[in-house]
Amino acid sequence: MSDTANISVTVNGETTAAAVPVRQNLVDFLRNTLGLTGSHVGCEHGVCGACTLEVDGAMVRGCLMLAVQADGAQITTVEGYGDRAEALRAAFVEHNALQCGYCTPGMMASALEYVEAGGQADRAAIREHLSGNYCRCTGYQSIVDAVCDVIEGESA
Amino acid sequence: MKAADFRYERPASVADALALLGDEDRDAAPLAGGQSLMPMMNFRLAQPGTLVDLSALDELRGIKRDGEVLRIGAMTRYVELVRSDLVAECVPLLALALPHIAHAAVRNRGTIGGSVALADPAAEMPALLLALDAEITVQSPTGTKTHAATDFFLGMYDTALEEGELVTEIAIPVAAETDRFSFYELARRHGDYAMAGVAVARRDGSHRIAFFSISDRALRATGAEAVLDAGGGVQEAVAALSELPFAGDLNAGEATKQHLSGVVLTRALEAL
Repeated sequence: MSDTANISVTVNGETTAAAVPVRQNLVDFLRNTLGLTGSHVGCEHGVCGACTLEVDGAMVRGCLMLAVQADGAQITTVEGYGDRAEALRAAFVEHNALQCGYCTPGMMASALEYVEAGGQADRAAIREHLSGNYCRCTGYQSIVDAVCDVIEGESA
Repeated sequence: MKAADFRYERPASVADALALLGDEDRDAAPLAGGQSLMPMMNFRLAQPGTLVDLSALDELRGIKRDGEVLRIGAMTRYVELVRSDLVAECVPLLALALPHIAHAAVRNRGTIGGSVALADPAAEMPALLLALDAEITVQSPTGTKTHAATDFFLGMYDTALEEGELVTEIAIPVAAETDRFSFYELARRHGDYAMAGVAVARRDGSHRIAFFSISDRALRATGAEAVLDAGGGVQEAVAALSELPFAGDLNAGEATKQHLSGVVLTRALEAL
């Protein structure tokens, strides 16, 4: 029987208390306990980026953080970006910046962090920022196009 | 893959953390940023009995200038180093290298002390600290000790850190205006572990060259340093690398590592 710990987290604006097994990682807690299956699980060792989500304002790997470590944290997942990601969502659709969609929640998280930090529409810098997110469908071109578009749209 | 079961503690002070780590019945491991330990636990390469989460130890966080030394708390996250004006001003080599250390989401959690304590042979930080002539402070229940980086990294995931000790601080000499630094690494994907990399520092005509991801640990290339100190050229310095104990890994064999070492050193020296 695993040790458990009581945590209280605010996820997408809603505060939840739960008893979590201490060995459970954050993304499994969000998916399996809270039913927020938007954050995807790929490699489970921090390489693919599919589980990238926001904890206290910073994008992190949901598979490399334990749920118990998120006690007291503000968490935002792809289900909760709301208006913040409206332009990105539209640009992803317009540019076909996804095919299978597996990487998309993590890709959106990393792209959102770049855009909100005031990143420039510089393809090399965008690629560098998104380097921790694997996409096996698009070849990245359309994703970089979408992010550039959002930045250029905001500065226009 | 999921981590095997463990007990979890989040102590509120370094003293409490050291007490937990020193309790032999617990088989405890410290958890810093978790960006290396969590994958190892998910692969079940690491199965600690108790995980001692250091994230509440604010006393181990922060960057401050202390005369001619920059002191960085072990639990300072990479993202804080990236954003620090003090780091950019006092340790330009770190500022050059930080964007190559893992990916943004990993830098948001990963800590300098975690990287130092782990001593991954492919990680940048041990080599950077060798090139910078840094010192590493460790604390045990009986007191603190300071190691020169040169004496700290002993082998693959092996350091001078003893059972029950914690890395608490990294001290780096502040760069003079005339110092020159260079950093170069070759990685298959930006932010991934490098296939080979090098950090170079030049102070008053004296060179320090430290490689990573070419052997079982970060290594200084003292032969190549001597060549450059004596006014020798790049080719001669590269030739002097043959004395290093190259070792292959999953990326490349020994001969490739030796070849790539010459490539990264050449490019780093061109940019110095």
